[in-house]
Amino acid sequence: MNIEIKDLRYTYPTGLEAISGISLSIKAGEQVAIVGQNGAGKTTLVRHFNGLLQPTAGSVMIGDWETKKQSVAKLASRVGYVFQNPDEQLFSKDVITEITFGPKNLGYSKEKIDSLVGRALAFTELGDRAELNPYDLPPAWRKMVALASIIAMDTPIIIFDEPTTGQDSSNINRIANVIAKLRQEGKTVITITHDIDFCAENFERVIALSKGKVLLDGPARDVLGQEKVLAQTYVDPPQLTRLGKKLGLKETVRNQEEFLKAMK
Amino acid sequence: MAFVNLKNVTYKYPLTDKPALQNINLQIKEGEFVAIVGPNGAGKSTLCYTLAGFAPHFFKGELSGTVEVAGKISNQSTLDEWVLNVGLAFQNPFNQISGAKYTVFEEIAFGLENIGIPRDEMKKRVEDAMTLTGITDLADRSPYSLSGGQQQRVALTSILVMRPKLLVLDEPTSQMDPIGTREVFGTIRKMAEEGMTVVLVEHKVEWIAEFADRVIAMHNGQVLLEGNPSEVLTSNVLIKNGFGLSRYTSAAREAKKLGIWKKEKLPVTLDEAVEGFKK
Repeated sequence: MNIEIKDLRYTYPTGLEAISGISLSIKAGEQVAIVGQNGAGKTTLVRHFNGLLQPTAGSVMIGDWETKKQSVAKLASRVGYVFQNPDEQLFSKDVITEITFGPKNLGYSKEKIDSLVGRALAFTELGDRAELNPYDLPPAWRKMVALASIIAMDTPIIIFDEPTTGQDSSNINRIANVIAKLRQEGKTVITITHDIDFCAENFERVIALSKGKVLLDGPARDVLGQEKVLAQTYVDPPQLTRLGKKLGLKETVRNQEEFLKAMK
Repeated sequence: MAFVNLKNVTYKYPLTDKPALQNINLQIKEGEFVAIVGPNGAGKSTLCYTLAGFAPHFFKGELSGTVEVAGKISNQSTLDEWVLNVGLAFQNPFNQISGAKYTVFEEIAFGLENIGIPRDEMKKRVEDAMTLTGITDLADRSPYSLSGGQQQRVALTSILVMRPKLLVLDEPTSQMDPIGTREVFGTIRKMAEEGMTVVLVEHKVEWIAEFADRVIAMHNGQVLLEGNPSEVLTSNVLIKNGFGLSRYTSAAREAKKLGIWKKEKLPVTLDEAVEGFKK
């Protein structure tokens, strides 16, 4: 299911224009990272995909639906959105109820719900925590519950808003595995992140936003190598990309494998 | 005399069996910049709450041993005495913002109002603190209208403005853009050089190596290792216990197996990596 954004503008009720003319298309099954400085409009942009925000001007199409003409409840069957702060999202008394809530509301059969919940628990390695109250879990695991409860809805498009914030390296690996599994299933994954190394290691396409506009958009290798342009939106290239440049490597390297290969 | 002195500190949250901190002994000098690393659940945030007096004053629970900061003992002081010396910026800025103020400027002044700072001085201090963290353009916005990273800067500023002797920061840049993160680290370093003692919980190890004086690695509520950042952050003990490494360290570790990295010591920062990989 494709996403088509045309001439999107959004002004908050306070008068602040957060999106100043963005046109983009994201194809079904793409893995896209959105990067850019604080206040660049990243979260404002993705909140248009599930109708939490409606364009001030322009349009957003999710498949054949224009978001303006659909309710948030209906869009929820196509676009899952994992909040930046899990505390804004979680409300159930235990993990399993939380994860079951989404698919249940989409009206799936009991069998389908059970299988989706099982899959979400397995993807996020929450199986042994299913009976606990989400608020008794440390913040890092609450984030995994937030992820699981959206994955369980089986939407073709999934948005993660800063999934790696406050996570240690093992949980970041778990999140990378979740994204890899969703990719295998053909889902579209859109992720906002400041963790540029995580971005380089897990995404093929990178969109850099700056002041409500698209600054760069393209394959990760092309975008992440442009140190000077990225600096305009307060983003540094990945660690090994910077190291490769300093060492005078000709190609832009994105990860350890590419770096070691180029050094041989 | 250490400025921060923790002796045999064990702390248990209410209704739990297992202590979140177990027998912590820790001395920090005045003006020292100490970074705490460790996997999720290691006790890093609990240590911050203990230094800030929230444990046990606010969270209750059981604290044994002594927590001493600037010559005062936490369970012999009240929380309102304690906050004059120690400031804590929360991991999640949303939990810190008061909800009682309409603008960022007022939010930052909130702490100063509560300790009775005169109006003119308060305005000056708020303006200075906002300049220091680069948020003067947010002064009239509502704290709740800001992006995650902007909120985090406001949360940090509202602690800095109090000029605490001990500044405790629990992942203060987790939602900030990369260059913004570097700027904030520079600001914190400057505060330490001016005499503020800093304890910082952080996952971004390449920055720790560049800015902190010392690293404390925590695991299961205990101190696993402490020392010089470039030693601790490349130690095998950390690697075995599932701590995060900088990409430079991981790459050099693999490169060493392939014979591309020839030095004994692994790098943590970009400069160390460039130096070792060069020629």
